[in-house]
Amino acid sequence: MVGVRAGKAHRDERIALVVLMSCSGIFVVAIALILGFLAFNGTELFWGDRYSLFSFLFSSDWDALNGHFGAAAFIAGSLVATGLAILIGGPLGVAIGVFFSELAPKRVASAFKPAIELLVGIPSVVYGWLGLTLLVPAIATTFHLPDGDSLLAAGIVLSIMILPTVISLSEDALRVVPVSLREGSAALGATRWETITRVLLPSASSGLAVAVILGVARAIGETLAVQLVLGNAAIFPTSLLQPAAALTSEIVMDMGDAPDGSGFKHALFSMALLLLLIAMGLILLIRFALRRRT
Amino acid sequence: MSRSSRLAVLLLGAGCFVPSLAFADTSVSAAGSTALQPLVQAAADAYQQSHSDIKISVTGGGSRTGLSLVSSKSVDLGDSDIQAPPGSDALVDHKVAVIGFSVIVNPAAGVTGLTKKQIQDVFNLKVKNWKDVGGKDQVITVINRPASSGTRAVFIKTIMGGATSLPPTLTEDATGTVVQKVAQTPGAVSYAAFSGTHNASGVIELAIDGAAATEPNVQDGKYPFWSYEHIYTNGPPSKEISRFLAFLETARAIMGKTGYILVGDMKVSENDR
Repeated sequence: MVGVRAGKAHRDERIALVVLMSCSGIFVVAIALILGFLAFNGTELFWGDRYSLFSFLFSSDWDALNGHFGAAAFIAGSLVATGLAILIGGPLGVAIGVFFSELAPKRVASAFKPAIELLVGIPSVVYGWLGLTLLVPAIATTFHLPDGDSLLAAGIVLSIMILPTVISLSEDALRVVPVSLREGSAALGATRWETITRVLLPSASSGLAVAVILGVARAIGETLAVQLVLGNAAIFPTSLLQPAAALTSEIVMDMGDAPDGSGFKHALFSMALLLLLIAMGLILLIRFALRRRT
Repeated sequence: MSRSSRLAVLLLGAGCFVPSLAFADTSVSAAGSTALQPLVQAAADAYQQSHSDIKISVTGGGSRTGLSLVSSKSVDLGDSDIQAPPGSDALVDHKVAVIGFSVIVNPAAGVTGLTKKQIQDVFNLKVKNWKDVGGKDQVITVINRPASSGTRAVFIKTIMGGATSLPPTLTEDATGTVVQKVAQTPGAVSYAAFSGTHNASGVIELAIDGAAATEPNVQDGKYPFWSYEHIYTNGPPSKEISRFLAFLETARAIMGKTGYILVGDMKVSENDR
């Protein structure tokens, strides 16, 4: 009886193993196909159409129907909007994380945590729409602009969108700081503030770095909310109050109608590849930050 | 391993392997221009009511997508605002309708009509204030469609005198957004199809060279901002498709309701413009 059960259990395990392995195999193949597809189509602009990589990266002469594929305005737009989001959302998110993990009374913390998690679940179109109807007109009135679509609007919307990520990850990073460090600090007579700034933040620094980097990754890949408030003007940014365009928003505006096999389409693929490379770079950074900790 | 977890694993496995099944017999597929989509959809709905043996599915995607899908025979009908590029010899052009477009401005601009030359100056950013073209002292905010847009292509061809490109400005990619943006932004100007602008509140449709943006003016050739809507087939259409296209091209009631003009009602052709 025992032997039969054991045999059956053994067979079940094998079936489970095969099924799960096939599923992950399919996943790995899918990822490889995506990478291969993007690498192939994203470099076609340089191999097939003989457009110079230098011009793609550093020229902002974008006239895609006439063979000018300088994407610098989009690259700069993405970087500036993301930078602004991190400048606002990074410190704010870490500060809120510190508050929840160190200072907030248990009851407050347990009430706010679900609220923060809820923010993660709000679809980006909702953030974009709120930005479009509340923030964009407010910016127009404040700065006496005819139209409030701007890098500033995109930066603010993105900073709100990355907050939940930064908050929960920095909170987690602070929670895993060993109790002994806190106790040691207290034993030396340090105040709560001194403990936070001199002990907790430094020892959680790699975790906090990961929180901010993931915030960057979230911000640079965001499409819909950015497209709604950025104005989508292919102009190299010289002011935070001007409309601009991002890599993501440009791709989504033109991918449907750009003719297949044209330099236009290839340039959009190159921009997608660039986004992928940036994301991979950020992941490498995270691994680097985490390795430093261990 | 418990029964339920085994079931879960099996279901998970099944989820990975179930192929997508589709049954289709006498079906016609159409894809492409989102400007033409409402007309094709409305005509397809009406046609299917009287012809239960035919199933017509209509999707958007954009003019150039429609052209490439019909070239690769992925769809039967490619809807397009623009003519197929030279070299696509297999494609047969069916001019199914005429669509009019308006240049729309925010009321704060204080203009109700412009000459073609003035519109060119506005969109080339040579004129920056409405007072320079007879309007109020109000900064002009130009909103364009994306480079790949069919509406933009028609605008450039019929109004901008075939200029190869426009200076970069604010860009919105859907008719609804464009109209809303112009209504919200003092001094904004853009362009969109009649179907999106005739009944829109908060925007003014400009007369061009003295001709108001109306269907009769398009038919008489007084108003220049219009284009044919094309449906392309790959090779000569089958009998069923021919019948549907004939139905579509003469569906006056549907066209009136959705903002299109019958090709047969035009007193001018594209070459007269």
